[in-house]
Amino acid sequence: MSDHNYVPSSKLGKWFNDRLPLLTLSAHLREYPTPKNLNYWWTFGGILTFCLIAQIITGIVLGMHYVAHADLAFDSVEHIMRDVNYGWLIRYVHANGASMFFLAVYIHIFRSLYYGSYKSPREVIWIIGMIIYLLMMMTAFMGYVLPWGQMSFWGATVITNLFSAVPFIGESITNWLWGGYAVDNPTLTRFFSLHYLLPFLILGLVILHIWALHVPGNNNPVGIELKKPSKDTVPFHPYIVIKDLFALLLFLIVFAFFVFYSPNILGHSDNYIEANPMVTPAHIVPEWYLLPFYAILRSVPDKLLGVVAMFASIFILVILPWLDTSKVKSAVFRPLYKQFYWILLIDVILLGYMGAMPAEGTYLLIARVATAYYFIHFLIILPILGKKEKTLPIPLSITEPVLGSSAKTGSTKKEETYN
Amino acid sequence: MSDQKKTKRRDFLFTASYALGAVGVGAAVWPFVDQMNPDRSVKALATTEVDVSAVEPGKSITVLWRGKPVFIKRRTQSEISEARSVKMDDLKHPERDEDRAKNPEWLVMLGVCTHLGCVPIGDKGEYNGWFCPCHGSHYDSSGRIRKGPAPTNLEVPKYEFINNNTIKIG
Repeated sequence: MSDHNYVPSSKLGKWFNDRLPLLTLSAHLREYPTPKNLNYWWTFGGILTFCLIAQIITGIVLGMHYVAHADLAFDSVEHIMRDVNYGWLIRYVHANGASMFFLAVYIHIFRSLYYGSYKSPREVIWIIGMIIYLLMMMTAFMGYVLPWGQMSFWGATVITNLFSAVPFIGESITNWLWGGYAVDNPTLTRFFSLHYLLPFLILGLVILHIWALHVPGNNNPVGIELKKPSKDTVPFHPYIVIKDLFALLLFLIVFAFFVFYSPNILGHSDNYIEANPMVTPAHIVPEWYLLPFYAILRSVPDKLLGVVAMFASIFILVILPWLDTSKVKSAVFRPLYKQFYWILLIDVILLGYMGAMPAEGTYLLIARVATAYYFIHFLIILPILGKKEKTLPIPLSITEPVLGSSAKTGSTKKEETYN
Repeated sequence: MSDQKKTKRRDFLFTASYALGAVGVGAAVWPFVDQMNPDRSVKALATTEVDVSAVEPGKSITVLWRGKPVFIKRRTQSEISEARSVKMDDLKHPERDEDRAKNPEWLVMLGVCTHLGCVPIGDKGEYNGWFCPCHGSHYDSSGRIRKGPAPTNLEVPKYEFINNNTIKIG
């Protein structure tokens, strides 16, 4: 924010700003130059910020009524649903809020994949985003355990047992995670503690994510670096603020539909049965947003390799900026990448569907092919494609494609004198 | 660089201080790591005694030991002979039934799938034993893994017959 020489108009404001430049920060956030061609796929950053705040507020309130104990947790959740004033609303917002959060984050990630937002100079934004995504999955998993229903208990058992695949020390790790020899009260209490902590870590990382974004500025649908500020940019306030709020309203309609009309459709009915360590439900399924990874885990017939493949499928995303060798960012100018992008999207959705189906017969076969393709996309197709693909000509500015080629020379020249 | 780089007394002091500091930090961190391990009250519940006099041949009971289910199965003659006639080459994790069930009539093992810890269902699966519904592992009448993702046989815990009717697990 060294580029700012904002001077508050009031004397008090100036006195305060000299001591803590919060007003300079606020001015930076308002004036922050944003590409003027951002489409609605770019509104999900704001939507995600809303989701995080909503989860924190509803979560803090739920924590006032919830009891983290193996004997009491299940009943305390029912107490919230039946007795606590508006408890049903707050819990349904929190539970469906997790799903909405993941819906938004998947759109946000796939937007980044389409427009190449992870590429230089935005690698650090992307990596921080992936850490946030990983923390989100951990937080959601631990939150799902807290109601202490059958799916909570057995989901916790299956996921913590992933670590038993580690050679030699696997059993010690699982016992350490559980605080016993099976998932039990010590596991529940520590999950509650960590479920409360992690969202605040995510909040901290979100601030870093936005900070790292504000250094190079937003990517845009054309995928070219812009002069800022210039004819190609608009100030964040009011232009983007209003657009983000409008998108948020539309998003809230979907959110409200789930909360008020089908609050349990994304959950599993077995979680309304209290946890029983003696009986495993006939069909264990994780929440929908974890299904693609679950399918990858199950498609490998070896226990250790299955766990390795699952973690690899996430960590491969972290090194994506170096796997994609193309200098061109936006898929708009990459005709082949555009097709592979849609194939990948279908592949991930297919994996999600296979994760919900029993791991046998044709389902297993399809899951294996889809898993293989997932890795082929990132490890083979992307590195080669960047070198071989014939990309379309890239415009020099955002204004150019709008005005057409006749205005091209004029607009680029003007732009140089603009600053 | 290398000719300038001589180990001085001060370097020794630096290294010694860092090392001592690392030991100190490690010692301070350890309690925060170890507090998550099973504590003494959990370990104290490490044995369970079970009365098995009411179990008929061909039936099994499930008891809780250290928070985990334990299957105690009284096997029929045909189940025993089936388990003992399997060739070692057919097994993913070769173990003789004689070693798994000291008293051939009684099979005692953890009801915890060695894949990811679900409880297998009895009298199910393709090998006349147990079947895990989570990820499709099939176990035979000796609790040995025959098909599916589980890497090893169902674990046999330490147990002994205190008398003809009582098994002490742990």
